[in-house]
Amino acid sequence: MRPGPALEVDRLLDDPRTRIIVCCGSGGVGKTTTAAALGLRAAERGRHVVVLTVDPARRLAQSMGLSSLDNTPRPVPCAAAEAAGGSLHAMMLDMKRTFDEIVEAHSDPDRAAQILANPFYQSLSSSFAGTQEYMAMEKLGQLRRADEWDLIVVDTPPSRSALDFLDAPQRLGRFLDGRLIRLLTAPTKAGGRAYLKFVTAGFTMVTGVITKVIGAQMLRDVQTFIAAFDTMFGGFRERADDTYRLLQAPGTAFLVIATPEPDALREASYFVDRLSSDQMPLAGLIVNRVHRSPAAHLSAARSLAAAEVLQPVPGSGENPSDLGENGHGNGNGLPVPEAGPPDLRGMPAAAATMSRHPLTATALRLHAERMQLAERERRLEESFSAAHPVIPMAEVLAQPEDVHDLDGLRSVGKELARGVRLS
Amino acid sequence: MWWPGDDSLLRVRPRDTDWEGVRLHVVTGKGGTGKTTVAGALAIALAAGGRRVLLMEVEGRQGIARLFDSPPLPYAERRVAVAPATPTLPGGEVYALAADPEAALVEYLEMFYNLRHAGTALTRLGVVDFATTIAPGLRDVLLTGKAVEATRRRSGGRLYYDAVIMDAPPTGRIGKFLNVATEVSGLAKMGPVRGHADTVQSVIKSPQTAVHFVTVLEEMPVQETLDGVAELRGLAQGGLQLGGIMINMVRPVDLTEEQLQAAAGGTLDEHELDTGLKAAGIEDRRGLAASLAAELTEHAREELAQRAQRTRVAEAGQPCYDLPLITDQMDLAGLYRLAAALREQGAA
Repeated sequence: MRPGPALEVDRLLDDPRTRIIVCCGSGGVGKTTTAAALGLRAAERGRHVVVLTVDPARRLAQSMGLSSLDNTPRPVPCAAAEAAGGSLHAMMLDMKRTFDEIVEAHSDPDRAAQILANPFYQSLSSSFAGTQEYMAMEKLGQLRRADEWDLIVVDTPPSRSALDFLDAPQRLGRFLDGRLIRLLTAPTKAGGRAYLKFVTAGFTMVTGVITKVIGAQMLRDVQTFIAAFDTMFGGFRERADDTYRLLQAPGTAFLVIATPEPDALREASYFVDRLSSDQMPLAGLIVNRVHRSPAAHLSAARSLAAAEVLQPVPGSGENPSDLGENGHGNGNGLPVPEAGPPDLRGMPAAAATMSRHPLTATALRLHAERMQLAERERRLEESFSAAHPVIPMAEVLAQPEDVHDLDGLRSVGKELARGVRLS
Repeated sequence: MWWPGDDSLLRVRPRDTDWEGVRLHVVTGKGGTGKTTVAGALAIALAAGGRRVLLMEVEGRQGIARLFDSPPLPYAERRVAVAPATPTLPGGEVYALAADPEAALVEYLEMFYNLRHAGTALTRLGVVDFATTIAPGLRDVLLTGKAVEATRRRSGGRLYYDAVIMDAPPTGRIGKFLNVATEVSGLAKMGPVRGHADTVQSVIKSPQTAVHFVTVLEEMPVQETLDGVAELRGLAQGGLQLGGIMINMVRPVDLTEEQLQAAAGGTLDEHELDTGLKAAGIEDRRGLAASLAAELTEHAREELAQRAQRTRVAEAGQPCYDLPLITDQMDLAGLYRLAAALREQGAA
């Protein structure tokens, strides 16, 4: 039972060499809130921070006192950050807008207009699986190059799998630079013809089937798009490679976020392995929504036993009322009676009225449940630690209510910084 | 007790359900709300009474295999569970399928153009990936198309499956995913895929299909559910039918209203707690009453926060179903409990 090392969040936030923090993990584990809480804490410790989120939840904007977030960093009013000589900005990725900007920046106005109006481009820029990840990385690169902030905190898109985040940008780059796309559109370009001679038969079959499936119009849209986009193609893969290298560079820290649940920790585990095989700098694991008890010395078993002294429950032990519950499906195919015979039905009610301390009994039962939950969570975390013994970990206790304002984010930040494992 | 009993699937009798006539159940929800689990429970519930249902996933996550503790599912329909027989009803069968767009495209090419070999070759060349990449709507239409095919499949003069349950993409993507004809029409104005998309759309936008939302009583999932419901309502003029809202992981209320308010307000009688602990025979009680009071306070505040979210969920104006929190690791027994809860409330 050796817990992993503690994650020292404040040391990470205070280190001027930390320039980018990437929060990743599966959906619904609190990535966005964690990113915002880290950003706020860093700003209040004197850093100039921008939080880049891909989560369209209005709640995040509202918790930072903004009515909405858009594709431009907006200042978050925060006196504590100012007092510490820091600042906080927040923005939300608009992937289409970001893609449009790349097009506008890299082609003349006529050609840009032509590309932006192309139906295929519109589909690619708004719904290609991978565009969001690519554009998140693109935006991250832009913010880094702008050098107006000394710390960028980014959360990752709610991908199918956390790993998409690393793969999708290159996938888009590969796709746009791909041989197949050139092959398909070769007739529009003189240079393609020589190459085509080798593959004529295959080419005919391929375009034939693609035309069958997506229609000739679609293929023409793609060809027009490729022709207009041609000069930018090489750039896409290069940009994806650049951001990939940026992520590997010192100054970037990955935080894997999870909850103490099997699925979330399994994803976290995949992600940790992947980061290490890609030589990405992993700072640690943050486990959100952890349950602990302030009365941990009273075990679940003792607590339940004590509750039963106060208030015997039907269905526990050799209580005769069990017969009423289980004995009714007597296999004769008759409709099942609504409840057991009256004499047995009376038992639990009598027991309940006998209880003189109903509040204590309830408190003890709830305590037992919580202890059992905490124990399950601890086992899950331990098996994670056993598989990844050197990964620093931090835990954030489950909050009874959602975060609504800077105070809420601040207290999450405080929990994060507590660093020590709570067990 | 909140739930009448864990064995209540046994007490199910044939009767009308809220979704009579629906044969394709699309289940969506925010990540982390237990969408796959609820889809699995719904499949078991719908299978009760000797019926055969297909549970289908479309995101390549193998979530169904994990849920039913089975090896990874291939692109083939496998039986993963049975619905238990009852004194009055025979059992049923749950089949599962992990659909992927490549295999669906090969199947489509074979079915419509007799192009199976070409399809297999194209898969190797990466052309399928290419085609589904340049037309993301194509990917979706292939997946929804597979669900529609299973829904309409006939064998020996009767429908092969009594119901198809789709573990669909999360709430944020569901509108696009289901609005296939529109998404594809922007691309393929007249291609054969357009015709296929129209067929698929006509089933999805028919009373045979309902879209259910899974949520938990927390602010963000509830907000996403309300947004999702509003988005689909926008599409509903075309006939898309909104289904139920499955409220997952509902905790039983253990406190009386009076105790709840006192606990939430932090005005619990700690002396009374301590007297109770003494009566229960606990000797080392230092600080224990205060700690337990703190736990009760948290519990009560959670409960009140959940109540507020429940009011918001009700604003969606769709039937709601409660699914109890399964505190142990989710297994078949847990799934059967959830299935029973769905049946008792008339969702299946």
